[in-house]
Amino acid sequence: MAETVLEIENLRTSFNIKGNYYAAVDGVSLTVHKNEVVAIVGESGCGKSALALSIIGLHNAKTTKLEGQVNLKEQNLLSLPVEKLNKIRGKDLGMIFQDPMTALNPLATIGRQIAEPMDYHMKLSSAAKKKRVLELLGQVGIKDANRIYKQYPHELSGGMRQRVVIAIALACNPVMLIADEPTTALDVTIQAQIMDLMKELQRITDSGIILITHDLGVVAEMANRVAVMYAGEFVEIADVNTLFSNPLHPYTRSLLSSIPSNMTDKEELHVIEGIVPSIQKLDRKGCRFAPRIPWISEDAHEDNPTLHEVEPGHFVRCTCYKEFHFPEDQVEDENYVTT
Amino acid sequence: MSLLNVKDLQVHFPIRGGFFRRVVDHVRAVDGVSFNLEPGETYGLVGESGCGKTTTGRAIIGLNKATGGEVLFNGDNLANMNGHDRRKHIRDIQMIFQDPYSSLNGRKNVLNIIAEPLRNFERLSPKEELTRVQNMIERVGLSPESIYKYPHQFSGGQRQRIGIARALMLNPKLIIADEPVSALDVSVQAQVLNFMQEIQKDFGLTYLFISHDLGVIKHICDRIGIMYKGRFVEEGTAEDVYNNPQHLYTKRLIAAIPEMDPAKRFEKMELRKEINNAYRKEYDSYFDKDGRMFDLKPLTPTHSVAVQKGGM
Amino acid sequence: MIKFILRRTLIMIPQLLLLSLIIFVLAKQMPGDAVTGAFMGNPNATPEQMESIREHYGLNDPWYVQYGNWIGKAVKGDLGQSYTHKQPVTHLLAGRVANTVTLSLFVLIVTYAIAIPLGIIAGRWTDTWADKLIVTYNYFSFATPLFVFALLMLFLFSFVLGWFPSGGSVDVRIETGTWAYYVSKLKHLVLPGMSGALLATFGTIQYLRNDIIDTKLKDFVKTARAKGVPEGKVYTRHILRNSMLPIAAFLGYEVTGLIAGSIFLEMIFSYPGLGQLFIQSITGRDFTVTTAIVMISGTAVIVGTMLSDIILSAIDPRIRIE
Repeated sequence: MAETVLEIENLRTSFNIKGNYYAAVDGVSLTVHKNEVVAIVGESGCGKSALALSIIGLHNAKTTKLEGQVNLKEQNLLSLPVEKLNKIRGKDLGMIFQDPMTALNPLATIGRQIAEPMDYHMKLSSAAKKKRVLELLGQVGIKDANRIYKQYPHELSGGMRQRVVIAIALACNPVMLIADEPTTALDVTIQAQIMDLMKELQRITDSGIILITHDLGVVAEMANRVAVMYAGEFVEIADVNTLFSNPLHPYTRSLLSSIPSNMTDKEELHVIEGIVPSIQKLDRKGCRFAPRIPWISEDAHEDNPTLHEVEPGHFVRCTCYKEFHFPEDQVEDENYVTT
Repeated sequence: MSLLNVKDLQVHFPIRGGFFRRVVDHVRAVDGVSFNLEPGETYGLVGESGCGKTTTGRAIIGLNKATGGEVLFNGDNLANMNGHDRRKHIRDIQMIFQDPYSSLNGRKNVLNIIAEPLRNFERLSPKEELTRVQNMIERVGLSPESIYKYPHQFSGGQRQRIGIARALMLNPKLIIADEPVSALDVSVQAQVLNFMQEIQKDFGLTYLFISHDLGVIKHICDRIGIMYKGRFVEEGTAEDVYNNPQHLYTKRLIAAIPEMDPAKRFEKMELRKEINNAYRKEYDSYFDKDGRMFDLKPLTPTHSVAVQKGGM
Repeated sequence: MIKFILRRTLIMIPQLLLLSLIIFVLAKQMPGDAVTGAFMGNPNATPEQMESIREHYGLNDPWYVQYGNWIGKAVKGDLGQSYTHKQPVTHLLAGRVANTVTLSLFVLIVTYAIAIPLGIIAGRWTDTWADKLIVTYNYFSFATPLFVFALLMLFLFSFVLGWFPSGGSVDVRIETGTWAYYVSKLKHLVLPGMSGALLATFGTIQYLRNDIIDTKLKDFVKTARAKGVPEGKVYTRHILRNSMLPIAAFLGYEVTGLIAGSIFLEMIFSYPGLGQLFIQSITGRDFTVTTAIVMISGTAVIVGTMLSDIILSAIDPRIRIE
């Protein structure tokens, strides 16, 4: 296996809500290797963005409690004071944000914004900085870099701005990148371009990437490994081919069958019953997905479900996957029995 | 007869400039769009942001003023009617919006939200109104007591149901759905799409479904119009457009849909690269000397394409 | 940029014309005129005498003729003759304009010098004791009427402590132009200036504090932190520049407040400025002086708004349009 870049161990991120702390990320462990894209996929409220912000330390320290370890280059980022963390953020650890329309400072030129991380992490003359910025602009596929260098964010299209956001993240050659929904706010053709660009860049930079997304299509296009997240926990981890060819956890299977993709015809889409539990009301003892699949008998679940390695590198939480079936299928079974 | 017949619709917005801020030019948001909607079908308008799909929908219902062309609804031209006349026709057309979080007034309870179209168009006693709202709220799968709750007490999918209930109150014939599921998670999106198909059968609705999501459009639409820069580039059945795209822009859009088979990702990347190269090379040949895309020419009875210079 | 400033300046012409017209018509609607004012309390004036004086000054002409005469002369710098002071209005105003402008600038500068640091502290360290103290001061300054506060200041620092003079703009015994003369001017400025400034900080502190709290949560600030920008630089390089935008936009409004405030201040501290003259001219029905002062104040507001626009366009690239 390739060299480990980032190691998350039993990370728990809790938010203070009216005096009590509730975990939005609830005991997550993950290892990212060099040149590997690990996708974290789940629906809104599953804790994936909270996880991303925990890694890079962007939560409000007053209202957030972080436990566990996030190890990068033999340092636990969670235990570092901000001054030390600032030596790592923007240098070894880059971040790509979701919305390119708001991620850039409206009052500063593109050149200035890409050069900024170099001010703090690299000893470069201003001419060398400029040279590096133009080089980065070229790398992210911006043609007339000299003109864009002097422009302001509002003068660029959404796709161009996202390229700039990526250039900022890459400025100091990070070993680890976190991309939080990097294509969600973009048009389809632009999304395709940015996905292809990131694949291209990954080939030349060999940094590890954590890709946060809700879109399984983006996962299929970009990830090497996938962690499916539900209610603060990983419920399934597998390499990308396995996840799409042999999904096991009921949540993964439900998600896949609710996508109106190329494969499904005009038939009904699968609907997941109920709603995502809020972190205050979440029952943290049993299988967290159990309330969404009430037709599966209680005995199928285990107490305090853990991740089981069902085949090398393929982990599934709780035992309920063994007996899971869609309700439609059950109806057919019953008919079969009665007739 | 078609339910809706849009003929050469144009919506131009003025651009002001120069020293005295005179009108120097126009943004041709919608520039000569024509299509028909047959009763009971779902017609998809698809394209990227700024292509004019939303403006087209809004012009049909009168939220944007059509600066040219006709919007024939049951044979009556809505485009040149004044507000008073349009009102009589417009109750048969309702709109569903993208964001269920902001399209409902947070200070009104569900009863007041859903009853609003009734109050605008019909005079009912409070009791009659209440029964009609209660029937509708049960029909869209919410509990009867929820009519006294406020929008923030519902989930995104439920809110979109409330929006749909409001649209259905006057028994409309046509529903213009502008990105109705774009703000929703996939599992909730599935819920709303299924529900929209269900009520389409029950209420005999015709949908004009506006979306940027080609997967959703393919799933729900019978016929599709692809828009680019305020014009149609291609129109046909879902089958025609997805399995036999003719216009390079359509091909480009379809190639942009994320590949769901991880094994084929680099293949897809190469395909996109090829199409993009061709697109860059041939781009100019898709526009006439005024920079306007060519008109649609029928290929088969159901499938038409904006022709290319020198092509076809 | 130059084109923008030019256009923005040209827009002022119709604004000023409209302003002058409104002022003129409104002033004409006031009961009585200069003649009634001048002869007020004089039992010997006969209506015939008063009528002949009206005729002499053109006060019986139709209003548009009077307006035309007035505006025509005003453009040339002649604002007419004061009926009560029997001297040209421009002459009467000259020294007072200088005084009021000095006082207003003093108030403006002190206001910003207090409000901007306090707003930044309150916005950056929200919910600390410093923030709570600043917010309390802010509510106090918002709720306290200027004339009550100014009287208190006058009583405390002038009568009780005797640190500052209680009235006037300069000690008349000192020779003009000497060092002592300017020190005396400044001494006379401090009490009215501080009274005005301490209460005028409200808007700026409130705006700045709220805007910093909003901007702190913006995505581009997250981007800055993710770059490893030290906390202090996150504020100076990213947050403050954005948060100063509404303050710049507020400048025009601030000028309006200054003018209203200077009327109170000049009355209470018997400071010989426009405000004081304004009140005198109204009670004396000195029509030409009143209109001239209102016109000057209105112009100041219009110029202030223009300055706001120009400053905004200088710091915000989104407004730099041709």
